[in-house]
Amino acid sequence: MVKRVVILGGGTGGTLTANRLRRVYSDTEIEIAVIDQDDCHVYQPGLLFVPFGLAHAEDIVRPRGRQFHHGIDYVKSAIDHVDLETNSVQLTDGSTLGYDVLVIASGAVLVPEETDGLVGPGWMEKVFTFYSPEGAAALGAALSRFDGGRLVVNVVDMPIKCPVAPLEFCFLADWYFCERGIRDEVQLTYVTPLDGAFTKPIASQRLAGMLADKRVELVTEFNTGEVDGKGGRLIAYDGREVGFDLAVVIPLHSGAAYVGRSPGLGDSLNFVPTDEHTLQSHAAPNVFVIGDAANVPASKAGSVTHFEGEVLVENVRRYLAGESLDASFDGHTNCFIETGFHKALLIDFDYETEPLPGHYPSSVGLPLLAESRLNHLGKLMFESFYWHGLLPGRDIPGISSAMPTAGKRPAAANVSRKD
Amino acid sequence: MSTSTIANIDVELNNEGFFVDPDQWTVDMVSELALREGIEELTDAHWQVIRFMRSEYLAKGTGPTVRVLGKTSGVSIKELYQLFPKGPAKVAAKIAGIPKPRGCI
Ligand SMILES: Cc1cc2nc3c(=O)[nH]c(=O)nc-3n(C[C@H](O)[C@H](O)[C@H](O)COP(=O)(O)OP(=O)(O)OC[C@H]3O[C@@H](n4cnc5c(N)ncnc54)[C@H](O)[C@@H]3O)c2cc1C
Repeated sequence: MVKRVVILGGGTGGTLTANRLRRVYSDTEIEIAVIDQDDCHVYQPGLLFVPFGLAHAEDIVRPRGRQFHHGIDYVKSAIDHVDLETNSVQLTDGSTLGYDVLVIASGAVLVPEETDGLVGPGWMEKVFTFYSPEGAAALGAALSRFDGGRLVVNVVDMPIKCPVAPLEFCFLADWYFCERGIRDEVQLTYVTPLDGAFTKPIASQRLAGMLADKRVELVTEFNTGEVDGKGGRLIAYDGREVGFDLAVVIPLHSGAAYVGRSPGLGDSLNFVPTDEHTLQSHAAPNVFVIGDAANVPASKAGSVTHFEGEVLVENVRRYLAGESLDASFDGHTNCFIETGFHKALLIDFDYETEPLPGHYPSSVGLPLLAESRLNHLGKLMFESFYWHGLLPGRDIPGISSAMPTAGKRPAAANVSRKD
Repeated sequence: MSTSTIANIDVELNNEGFFVDPDQWTVDMVSELALREGIEELTDAHWQVIRFMRSEYLAKGTGPTVRVLGKTSGVSIKELYQLFPKGPAKVAAKIAGIPKPRGCI
């Protein structure tokens, strides 16, 4: 009998899962349907470059339907909810789809309305985000008019997609204002709820040093409770304030709203509780989760989604064959951090090991935790790999989904504690 | 890691002051742990949050973050900061004898 796999979301994770599955199975073995609410696949890492005029919003968007291999059914509709009891998905267009296996790949959404004042007066005038195509484009216009003053970059709370992107924004802003010859007129401040520049100790120290070198002030443990756009103030729950002339805010993130409307599927933030090694949901054995939608303790990043793909597809296969699951996903994350002036830094880590210095993927590879032009080229090349390698479901030659240790220098650090 | 004596019992705390082994915690330690965090008088609302942290940890293996606490504990985030000015999730986790909430990756 033909089995049906339904994939919710046709972004990074949904597309690569569909394409990988299609390669493993013929049409007579399984049917694959992917549901997404729109036909605009955004290369989200490109959003970082839009405000600085280094990319254009329309150039980082492609039609979703064209990213799928032949033999994948793409359904354009919003998802209303999932019914785990009847193994079916209700769409907002009124139709219902049954499944044998469900793959949740609906990512994370921005919920700026959950922060008092954020979408009030001043939103998209003095207060922006670059986490959406519209926001990034509007911020670009505002930056080009900005002649000096206090520019504040604020992460409201974790989790966020690509937790290094706000830091990269600071580094690029430093470069951008230098290029324009007005760096001395601009006061840059990075305001974070974390107790350092980043979550992992060694990278955090290194990144804090880079912020200082680039004259970006660092304000830590700041939990934004309110944004006063008119008055130009971020106000923390503990009463502290940071003033701004222009604010770049990374709003709170949640899982997709339909998750909350699906009994038994999500947690209080609408992310889906998921086994961090097998990627099977806790909700039901025939429901698997990939990418930002999962509540696993890994970064919400395209690289993680890519590395998850291999284990996820293998586990869908094993589930359908009645075999026990492969528990080998290790939380592997790999991020290029753009640092301005045509350089970038590379970090590589997993659930257990924090980012370490050394080289990637082995001792002759790219420098880790160090700025280099090679890493900047790597970051630029990632866009082409995204469309032509990652989405079609190819592996990167020489790079396995498990984190490599060959080129790393653990002597410089201890394995991070998991507390 | 260091050993501390709380309510006459030796417990292991990590260098940030969180319990290494949540099983070493007993409810008798709460007022002394709160005092260490500068909270002299525990109100019903404090207790509600501390109990909630503990039960969430036992059920899910990690304590809730401030945002999740605000959504699920029945106490608003503003009020949580009044109760635990130095950071609700962290301070309540220390008093509830559980590891640091794993929200931030
Ligand atoms: C500014 C920025 C910079 C980034 N930089 C990097 C980087 O440098 N490197 C990196 O690795 N990652 C980066 N990322 C993160 C990366 O883009 C994401 O982690 C990745 O795209 C996650 O894939 P996903 O499949 O989980 O979600 P997505 O690709 O976001 O796809 C989710 C899909 O689900 C659909 N959907 C949601 N709800 C519904 C519904 N109710 N009905 C129908 N469809 C629905 C959406 O339309 C969407 O297409 C960045 C992200 C941002 C925002």
